[in-house]
Amino acid sequence: MTDRTAAHEDWTRPPAATTGVIGWMRKNLFSSWLNSLMTLLAIYVLISTIPGLFQWAFIDAIWGDNPPEVCKNMPGACWSFINEKYRLILFGVYPYEEQWRPLVAMIIFLTLIFGSCIKPLWVLGKWIMAIWAVGLVMVGILMWGGVLGMEYVDQSQWGGLPLTLFLATFGAVLSFPLAILLALGRRSDMPAIKTICVVYIELIRGVPLISILFMASVMFPLFLPTGVSIDKLLRAVVGLILFSAAYGAEIVRGGLQAIPRGQYEAADAMGLTYWQKMGKVILPQALRITIPPMVNGFIGGFKDTSLVLIIGLFDLLYATRLAFQDISWRPYYIEGYVFCALIYFCFCFFMSRYSQWLERYLAKGQNY
Amino acid sequence: MTAHHSKSDIQGPAPARAAFYNDPTVRAIFWQVVVVGSVVALVGYLVSNALENLERQNIASGFGFLDLPAGFAIGEGMLPYSPADTYFRALLIGALNTIKVAVAGIFFATIIGVIVGVARLSPNWLIARFATVYIETLRNVPLLLQLFFWYALIVEALPVAREAFGPLLGFHLSNRGMNVPLPDDMGFLGLLVGILVFIVAAIWLYRRNKAIHDATGETPNTLVPTLVMLVAFPFLGWAAGGFPTEFDTPELKGFSFNGGGVISAEFMALWLGLTLYTASFIAEIVRSGIQAVTKGQWEAAGALGLRRTQILRFVVLPQALRVIIPPTTSQYLNLTKNSSLAVAIGYPDIVSIAGTTLNQTGQAMEGIAIIMAVYLTLSLSISAFMNWYNKKIALVDR
Repeated sequence: MTDRTAAHEDWTRPPAATTGVIGWMRKNLFSSWLNSLMTLLAIYVLISTIPGLFQWAFIDAIWGDNPPEVCKNMPGACWSFINEKYRLILFGVYPYEEQWRPLVAMIIFLTLIFGSCIKPLWVLGKWIMAIWAVGLVMVGILMWGGVLGMEYVDQSQWGGLPLTLFLATFGAVLSFPLAILLALGRRSDMPAIKTICVVYIELIRGVPLISILFMASVMFPLFLPTGVSIDKLLRAVVGLILFSAAYGAEIVRGGLQAIPRGQYEAADAMGLTYWQKMGKVILPQALRITIPPMVNGFIGGFKDTSLVLIIGLFDLLYATRLAFQDISWRPYYIEGYVFCALIYFCFCFFMSRYSQWLERYLAKGQNY
Repeated sequence: MTAHHSKSDIQGPAPARAAFYNDPTVRAIFWQVVVVGSVVALVGYLVSNALENLERQNIASGFGFLDLPAGFAIGEGMLPYSPADTYFRALLIGALNTIKVAVAGIFFATIIGVIVGVARLSPNWLIARFATVYIETLRNVPLLLQLFFWYALIVEALPVAREAFGPLLGFHLSNRGMNVPLPDDMGFLGLLVGILVFIVAAIWLYRRNKAIHDATGETPNTLVPTLVMLVAFPFLGWAAGGFPTEFDTPELKGFSFNGGGVISAEFMALWLGLTLYTASFIAEIVRSGIQAVTKGQWEAAGALGLRRTQILRFVVLPQALRVIIPPTTSQYLNLTKNSSLAVAIGYPDIVSIAGTTLNQTGQAMEGIAIIMAVYLTLSLSISAFMNWYNKKIALVDR
């Protein structure tokens, strides 16, 4: 009896080669001769690159506080370069003694951004706006100074990661109202308004950001009345806003088009005015759909802020390049770029994961 | 009482016409006049300021400067150029350089993007991981940083011209770029004509056979005649040119190469950066396009007895392409616009040359107008072509 059960169990069990690690490998790595070939090729590539890279980045690398001479002719990465220059990379040419201020400002800023992204804090509702206002005032005081015994620092000395974050955030947030107006204008029944919006959107979307930034840096001064001049940073922000508004408008338009006709007609039937209809019925639904693509747009905008170096602002990328302008650290540009790329990557990767989560979260209860 | 009132309201005479200022048509006209008026006023104000400022700075306006000698050198171009040539010619060379890098970038980004996108869906776990890492890394790092990286890598890590890699078939790779041999005989034109004839003939053959297949269900052999033509036409062209074998190969003279053609380090860095970056976006588009085709389509095609390659070719890809083409078009447009980052690494594209022109003449408005005109023309051409293609493959509904 016992024998029979054992034998029974034996032949009901799946063959060893289809389960466990071997089964997984057979299924996922060696399912056909072509697949096996690809797997071997991939393993070869991994073996020929990863150990060397690991050796370079960790084992042979020079860490800690060392002068550039120590790194000379060494086979590994020279992280001493980052050790030496990370404050220049992160804060640009902000006065060295005062760099705790951009650091604190950045922490406040990031707390605001992360806080607004976390679901449990959404219960704060309208208070979030007030908290942002308070936070931004604090950031402004810290960055400019001039009060509370802090030395005044002109915005031409701002730089590094705080500048990149400010450009990205203000570019996105301030372009949003303009984007909504442009999208509504493009969907309007009034031909003149529609034409103006279409021309604006298509013109901006048809040209590269650099040309807009060039325009901001060389043409804005011409446009102002004689004697009035605006700051380079402000010009760049205005350029970024004008640029991202056109892209944002197309995203909002997508949301507006996704709202069923019945909603528009129902709002009209209730006797709502145009702004009541849009503000209370259509936009709350449309903007909800557009949040995930908006976050994707924000990622693009975040990466695009690196272009301001072309008009001479010391953003994160420019500050990185400044760091290896120092002739003795010149050979370690790879370490500098890798460090800078890692910072950008962390932000963008976090945002793209957040947008995916948001998409799933907002889709809840919508899939009927 | 109240009831009586409302009754009389309903039954009473029709209410007077709404006041004219409540008439939607009148309101629409009013608001349009207001908006157009303020836009015109704003633009007028800005332009008058600009004219005043330009006059004060003694800067001419208009496009008269295009006929003046440019006076600056350009690193590379597809037309002969010297600093004595006009601004117009300099800008033309810049525009051609933009088109050159955009076309090369679009071509290779499409190929790499499709391969990586399909690889991400591969049943092979390792290959799929590779594709994912590629996509996530390149998408999340600014293109400008990548361009700087590639350019620095080419300039700093490759050997100087004297110790260049190669020659491999006459190719040399150094930190100045790649030196390539060029055909040095007009007889090669025959070969070129032969290749062109082959392409036209192959397209004709493919269409003819497809028509036969659609009409009769028979499948005429396409592969063998195509291969025969592939060998025959170029060979005939080569023979017609008198079997030329002369190549102008680059030779090391002192510290640089003489002869042959050169693919500059700037072009290589820009092309590499644009291609790899855009490919990561195209890969995601291809992946989502293929995933948009429902599983039922695969299963139905399998039930009809089609092989996996046939399923992909006849069932899945035609449907996936409809999802893939529109977002890919905007990636092509992005690539073309992103080629303007050339200015940061010193490749003489239209933005870089218009920027130099703008600095020399001070005519900012004209310079930026030229940049915008060139990109708008390119964008509209790409859109028009892709829309035509999209219409061709679009779903034909009943």
